[in-house]
Amino acid sequence: MGLESRLGDNILTTVADKFINWGRKNSLWPLTFGTACCGIELMSSIASRYDISRFGAEVIRFSPRQADLLVVAGRIVIKMGPVLKKIYDQMLEPKWVMALGACATSGGVFDTYGVIQGIDQFIPVDVYVPGCPPRPEDILNGLLKLQKKIERDTVLPQER
Amino acid sequence: MDYPEGNQALAKLRATFPDSIIEVKEFRRDITVTIKKEALLSIMQFLRDDEELRFNYLASISGVDYLKIEGVENRFAVVYHLYSFKNNCRLAIKTFVTEGSLDIDSVYPLWKTADWQEREIYDLFGIIFKGHPALKRVFLPEDYEGHPLRKDYSLEGRGERSRFDYEEG
Repeated sequence: MGLESRLGDNILTTVADKFINWGRKNSLWPLTFGTACCGIELMSSIASRYDISRFGAEVIRFSPRQADLLVVAGRIVIKMGPVLKKIYDQMLEPKWVMALGACATSGGVFDTYGVIQGIDQFIPVDVYVPGCPPRPEDILNGLLKLQKKIERDTVLPQER
Repeated sequence: MDYPEGNQALAKLRATFPDSIIEVKEFRRDITVTIKKEALLSIMQFLRDDEELRFNYLASISGVDYLKIEGVENRFAVVYHLYSFKNNCRLAIKTFVTEGSLDIDSVYPLWKTADWQEREIYDLFGIIFKGHPALKRVFLPEDYEGHPLRKDYSLEGRGERSRFDYEEG
């Protein structure tokens, strides 16, 4: 983008920040990487009762190339680690990651040889949702927290 | 006793393989026959093909680790659960495998379903099934070292879960 290099940090670029962030946070396209019961709760929060589309994140994509929010819902075993990493790598910027539930966050109760003790050891996580599994309200709360975070992003690079 | 089919199988087995049967146990009408490892294939073939018995269905194969269990000499055991559709009865065949010689005959030639079950036992216990067409890991990654269901393998593993040398891209 060439706009900010000419204009610098002034009213136009801050308005652009606000505008673009507003667009991004209200239309997150999640890729649901559901490997356990958290995936079921995630489905529940997408369905009509909890209705994730109230927050603009109802377009579920199973292709990493079309998604900007990776929701890791469930335990990730050592064999699945490289798969998850590959999916994350294939997503286009800007992208965010939600670690859903105790297992994705820390391994949960599965303190065993096969389960990775937290996905943040190999991919960056933006928001952690606690619970085993978290209720749909928790998932939506996590989404709102992530929206708050996106709001604070600076879209245009500060320095080149 | 009201479980004649099982006993009939046992009687036939005793008559045909008198030297290969080590022990017979009964628990709530379920019969477990411990046999010598060398006789496994011939006994299994007999049980499957005998006109009266027809144990034609291999329900499951399990591996057992008897580490530090008192009164058990050999470390590992492989247990075969057979079912006869003809007589509606079950029979368990048990063989012991020592830590020194971990190999046992594969029953894949008799029941094709043994394929993945034997691979699973090989994967988690390290028991070698001779005559298996492709004895490689099923659950764990191909480059995994060790057999984690063994009792001397620590639950937390040996650092496999915190190795993140993934390929880029």
